[in-house]
Amino acid sequence: MGIESALPVDSILTTQLQRVVNWSRRSSVWPMPFATACCGIELMATACSRFDLARFGAEVMRFSPRQADLLIVAGRVSVKMLPVLQRIYMQMTEPKWVISMGACASTGGVFDTYAVVQGVDQFIPVDVYVPGCPPRPEMLIEAIMAIQRIIDNDAIPRDGEGARLPLNIAVQPNFEPRSQPVPVTVGTT
Amino acid sequence: MTVATLTHPSLATIKGAFPSVAFLASEFRGQTTLVVPAARLHEVMRVLRDHPDCDFNFLVDVTAVDYLGYPAPVQARFAVVYCLLSHQHDRRLTVKVNLDPTLDTKGTAADPALEVESVTDLWPGAEWLEREVFDMFGIRFRGHPDLRRILLWRDFPAFPLRKDYPLRGRGEREHFQTLTRESR
Ligand code: SF4
Repeated sequence: MGIESALPVDSILTTQLQRVVNWSRRSSVWPMPFATACCGIELMATACSRFDLARFGAEVMRFSPRQADLLIVAGRVSVKMLPVLQRIYMQMTEPKWVISMGACASTGGVFDTYAVVQGVDQFIPVDVYVPGCPPRPEMLIEAIMAIQRIIDNDAIPRDGEGARLPLNIAVQPNFEPRSQPVPVTVGTT
Repeated sequence: MTVATLTHPSLATIKGAFPSVAFLASEFRGQTTLVVPAARLHEVMRVLRDHPDCDFNFLVDVTAVDYLGYPAPVQARFAVVYCLLSHQHDRRLTVKVNLDPTLDTKGTAADPALEVESVTDLWPGAEWLEREVFDMFGIRFRGHPDLRRILLWRDFPAFPLRKDYPLRGRGEREHFQTLTRESR
């Protein structure tokens, strides 16, 4: 892990195995981008240098679900695409997390028609909902960090039989609306 | 009602080639529409493509209209619309075919009245356009090489751009298996 070089030569580092596992897991949440619409563009912006998802260890987009821990559903899912999404979800190995990014993935958004799934959480478990159309990259980063905090604290919710429950986190918008333009009047009123 | 001035040069050519056929035509803001009886569509289209005075070498679009609930008197329930373009003459023409269904339009049963001749042999590009019209309106094209749904899945139980199909569907978007974390 490279940590040896930072330590004095004859020192010992003790920790709990679970903490090391959690640390490495949260530092390498590899996303599987399921970008079906405009939210995917914002997802790409998040991964690019301006917002730099690499700062959170989550920049390695894996296009094979078997190598990914985090499914980011970015965009509307048409009814025809839903079986694909479900197959991808099933192919991912535990531990896995699901982010529903944007109004469309979470609720269908404005696309209230026969061909669009009205919220992917009806058909796959969703951990974090990110509101927005599209959400700002900061909000997606916040969603990933919410998952990282859960992993770090070993706080994955389980039911009585030990089965993993969805986290059910909704990220709150992290911006404030600015004042809007008002009519301009010239001269004294 | 004012009588439209029909100045499109191809109308005279078509009228000359088919003196016995009753055509309708209209003009709106410089765009001319020719309404052709369904039985004669293919012959008319062939003349429109091949006659040197028409020379509509490019089929821009094939689409359809459902006039259910149209706020004015209409000629039929459905119309198939062909948009033609002649690069040679820099001219456009819209060709329409009116169709009236004989069966209930709620299902997907093949209605022999909702059928026109395919123009894929004249413009090969019509293939996918006609498939889309079939997919959305259930209008079938005789002689089409591969008339399957193009956007919706094979067993979709309706033709969704018909106006009597509800916008939110009839439950097609809800009936799926629900995955949990334990699903295999
Ligand atoms: S939420 Fe908005 S930005 Fe995202 S996919 Fe839907 S329409 Fe596009």
